[in-house]
Amino acid sequence: MIQLPAGKTNKRTRTPRPGFVLDVDKSTPPILFHHGEGLKLEKLPAGRSRVIYPAEPHDGLSDPDGAIRDALDNPLGESEPLRALLTPTMKLTIAFDDISLPLPPMRKPDVRQRIIEAVLDLAAEAGVDDIHIIAALALHRRMTEDELRHAVGDRVYDAFEPHGALYNHDAEDPDGMVLLGETKHGEEVQMNKRAAESDLIVYVNINLVSMDGGWKSTATGLSGYQGLRHHHNVETMQASKSFMDRHNSELHHSNWRMGKVIRDAGVKIFQIETTVNNNTFGVDGPLAVLQKREWEWNGRDRASFAAMQAGLRRMPAATRRKAFQSWLAPYELTSVQAGEVEAVHEVTTANTLAQHLVPVEGQTDVLTMGLPYICPYNVNSVMNPILVMCLGLGYFFNLYRGKPLVREGGVLIMSHPTPWEFHPVHHPSYIDFFEEVLADTTDPIEIEQKYEKQYAEDEWYRHLYRTSHAYHGVHPFYMWYWGSHALQHLGQVIIVGGDVRAVKRLGFRPASTLQDALEMAGDVVGPQPTITHYHNPPIVMADVT
Amino acid sequence: MNLRWVVRKPPVPLGVDPLPQRSRTGVNFPTDWAHRPLAKTVRAGFVEGVMRPVVSTLALPTRRGLDRLDILDVDQPVIFAANHHSHIDTPLLLTSIPRPWRRELVPMAAADYFFGNSLSGAIAALSLGAVPMERNKVNRTSADKAVELIEAGHSLVIFPEGGRSPDGWGRQFRRGAAYLALRADVPVVPVHIEGTSRILPKGRSRPKAAPTTVTFGYPLTPTDGERSQDLSNRIEAAVAQMSDEVSSDWYQARRRAHAGETPSLAGPRVGAWRRIWALESGPKRRSRRAWPKV
Repeated sequence: MIQLPAGKTNKRTRTPRPGFVLDVDKSTPPILFHHGEGLKLEKLPAGRSRVIYPAEPHDGLSDPDGAIRDALDNPLGESEPLRALLTPTMKLTIAFDDISLPLPPMRKPDVRQRIIEAVLDLAAEAGVDDIHIIAALALHRRMTEDELRHAVGDRVYDAFEPHGALYNHDAEDPDGMVLLGETKHGEEVQMNKRAAESDLIVYVNINLVSMDGGWKSTATGLSGYQGLRHHHNVETMQASKSFMDRHNSELHHSNWRMGKVIRDAGVKIFQIETTVNNNTFGVDGPLAVLQKREWEWNGRDRASFAAMQAGLRRMPAATRRKAFQSWLAPYELTSVQAGEVEAVHEVTTANTLAQHLVPVEGQTDVLTMGLPYICPYNVNSVMNPILVMCLGLGYFFNLYRGKPLVREGGVLIMSHPTPWEFHPVHHPSYIDFFEEVLADTTDPIEIEQKYEKQYAEDEWYRHLYRTSHAYHGVHPFYMWYWGSHALQHLGQVIIVGGDVRAVKRLGFRPASTLQDALEMAGDVVGPQPTITHYHNPPIVMADVT
Repeated sequence: MNLRWVVRKPPVPLGVDPLPQRSRTGVNFPTDWAHRPLAKTVRAGFVEGVMRPVVSTLALPTRRGLDRLDILDVDQPVIFAANHHSHIDTPLLLTSIPRPWRRELVPMAAADYFFGNSLSGAIAALSLGAVPMERNKVNRTSADKAVELIEAGHSLVIFPEGGRSPDGWGRQFRRGAAYLALRADVPVVPVHIEGTSRILPKGRSRPKAAPTTVTFGYPLTPTDGERSQDLSNRIEAAVAQMSDEVSSDWYQARRRAHAGETPSLAGPRVGAWRRIWALESGPKRRSRRAWPKV
């Protein structure tokens, strides 16, 4: 083995504080709202508002590489250590999470690089020849060379890519996909052929939120439209309350059923899951102020925030986007588990929730959130209006366990510029979805019945997905379905500071300021409503009782 | 008072033995002044303003494995131990080693070659921050000086082969770097330099531009009771593995390392002409594309 000295230790002066709920009173300073590639400070009404703050970043592992080797040698569940599963003549496939994780992308070395190198070191020791490394991106866009290099590192990329042994999963390759069977609910289970025919799949996860990992890794990440349509649909998403809570998520139930089919088909999986802490913007550095609590901002923080605001206001939109997209989060590895899929996922989920979960009592009339510049589908890209909807009504709304934070019929207020702008290479089918489908209807069920098949089977979108860097033709539909539980639950959605035409096309109400939005919300939920603000990112998940 | 008596050194009376003169060259060359703030600032300006553009033009360097240094504490002094082909190796390392180590870097230079006279010694000390060291065996003066520098927070650059390669292949590593690492209890970062023998090999005076690769390895920490020869062997093995990594790829290099089949840095034990032929049939040079693909 490569011998390493003791790793860096985290030189924190105190134990990280848990997340908590702040009741807003007259002395509460203005609260930070993310607003796309911008930031705002908003005053919330005293006496009836509360703010949910995330926990401070947990300490990272002092020796991440040692912890990874230890996890590979001491697997969880019914699994042998990885080195015992490796033989010289075997077919080994290593699959890893794509560009959508983590968010924002993390500083080098990426967790995936650390793990893949450790796995390959064991494979080298065993003399394994036949190894393929696959970016498990399902129907997401293909990763570029730079993105792959960032994820797996130059050493792995240079050793495998030139021989065609490191590549992006292609869910539309007619010779590259295989059907493994059907679940008892009639769901077809589709998988990348190379992975399915391997003697062992090692899946490398970054579990940023509790939705990630488990059977969803292989059953979704290495699947195609034929398999995904069975759980990426309106009925499943509306029955997932929430999809961040596996035990109450129909999305996960479906993936777990598919996992059983995969296992019964004889596909052997060695699952590796990891958790990272909440250190999204750094403890020090230019963006550190964004993960501090507002009343703890010192003079330097206030000056840097003011300077940042002034700079952002003067920047052209493209420069501003580039500046934000270039941020690499200093995430630290907090745990690594390996072995049998379900045993691993139980421990991982507990670790993820330990960082994110904040107890909250009771629902609220109005939920506010400031949407940041990034979501899983616009890394190095544009946050188009459909992704704004998906981030707010899909991801942020579903960051709950128990009950939604906002009561049924309540109002969701999101702050985001929502520009009528699309990345033509990454999101070609989004453009048509926005122009054609949403101009007709915003009802997810109608959209699904009337338009999905035609987009999913469109040859031009298929071609762009396979040869360019485009999301699959059906992907914008999934974004819309992602928010269908929220659409069904909410009385109204208001976007503050958004492009009025784009917001109206989404079927939401535009507002110029938060105060206007709160007044508009009163029409739906009555005067003097209770308000809860999600102070996210860093990630926080509400445990609502 | 006689003015001549003031300005001239008085003669030694006949019949009296003069005091022995302490040599001010070689290992005794004074270099403390070159590590004071003013000299460091001058050197930093020289490295960034002159050395870096020259190295970029001549050596076209690709730097790999810097992520392997992430496991070190940033204020941890280390010893960078590299193979040695050319005079350009030191400038290449000085411009490749990342901050914060770069600012406090001290190359250990051959006392007889660089510090043989006052002028060359002063140039080496000021421009490179070099400190003299014997090639063959580290003596007490050099070792004490090196440990003193490490304790003051400096990191060292040492070429354990003791000199430049005469034919493009490596030579057995000497124990100096390992001895100092054990004495000062600091990690050794093995570094492999590829390609500088094509720029300015031993015996040539005019440089010729060629691409180079600098690969950093995982830091090696001395273990309890480890002998300097054993640590030196580990450093040499790590550099050899990186050489294999550069000439093939990382995975094949790891496979050969696990199988104990990593090619030696010293090359095949055959006649001189066959060694040169073997060297030329090695990895292909990277060509720079002059025109875009159409």
